[in-house]
Amino acid sequence: RQALEEMRALYERNQADVSEAKSGRSDLIFLIRFRHCCLLRNQRCLVAYLYDRLLRIRALRWEYGSVLPSAIHFHMSAEEVEWFNRYKKSLATYMRSVGGEEGLDLTQDIKPPKSLYIEVRCLKDYGEFEIDDGTTVLLKKNSQHFLPRWKCEQLIRQGVLEHVLS
Amino acid sequence: AADSDGGSEELVLTPAQLIRSLEQAWLNEKFAPELLESKPEIIECVVEQLDHMEANLKRAKKGDLKVSVHHMEIERIRYVLSSYLRCRLVKIEKFFPHVLEKEKSRAEGEPSILSPEEFAFAKEYMANTETYLKNAALKHMPPNLQKVSLLKSVPKPNLDSFVFLRVLERQENILVEPETDEQREYTIDLEEGSQHLIRYKTIAPLVASGAVQLI
Repeated sequence: RQALEEMRALYERNQADVSEAKSGRSDLIFLIRFRHCCLLRNQRCLVAYLYDRLLRIRALRWEYGSVLPSAIHFHMSAEEVEWFNRYKKSLATYMRSVGGEEGLDLTQDIKPPKSLYIEVRCLKDYGEFEIDDGTTVLLKKNSQHFLPRWKCEQLIRQGVLEHVLS
Repeated sequence: AADSDGGSEELVLTPAQLIRSLEQAWLNEKFAPELLESKPEIIECVVEQLDHMEANLKRAKKGDLKVSVHHMEIERIRYVLSSYLRCRLVKIEKFFPHVLEKEKSRAEGEPSILSPEEFAFAKEYMANTETYLKNAALKHMPPNLQKVSLLKSVPKPNLDSFVFLRVLERQENILVEPETDEQREYTIDLEEGSQHLIRYKTIAPLVASGAVQLI
């Protein structure tokens, strides 16, 4: 969340930088050269800043999944949203092409598996959750369950479940 | 035993050998600073193997102890495969202009570092990022500053970084470049089974040929 605050503040500075980058004309040769260096530096800083934001947004896809929480969405520019959508489409195409008929979801299995089932505690009300053999589990806040690890991974990352290490 | 299909090399690997190849490729990719050759045959076979194992699992009796063990094995193999592919994607994204440039300037017959799917992904990533930078900033800039060379701006992989390795096949007379002005270049022999800490650039071809294993 702190990163998002920073992103928002820097975005405002970004706008000021763009207008500065637009200006910069003069007649004297030294001044011209100096201004040109300033402009180049501004360009470099801007591009670096924007690229860094892209990298953070990319990380969001791997952390949160393909639907971003609305709070984060709010802090993104229209172009960034477009980049994100294209990125996740590109990633999905790639993941589908690997691994047999359904593809391989590379955003799962981030950590080496230690056991098949894990003890999890529910941190927020989530509702019903279906596991492989057809049974459903009601995920209510503070309830504890013993569930298959691979089903829980995504929810753990989203903060809905918490892995209980006894 | 599972066998690899098609390709010019008709290798028949046992599942154990296949998994070991996967693990070797995974470790090499993890510790190498640059993107290594793509290994589509290994990936294809591993996926096939996983499908076999899952099909067997579905047919097995529930509650049998072997089921858990096999399930665990599937999970582990899937983890290694995912980790390997993820590692490659991270490198592709990190060095995208250089990776694409290297692939473009590849000679005929030289092995590819990108699978066709990875190549498509890399191109899309590059186009996506270029479009974004253009629309978000560059097109608002004065006309002489509207282009940025990504090839120059994005850092290259550091081939001088040091890596740990184990020697699988004995090598003789490996030329080591000096690090400081006072040193001179010298040659070393790599004994089978020995372990070393060395600059990646020096042994890069040995990783590709399978003579050493990064650890």
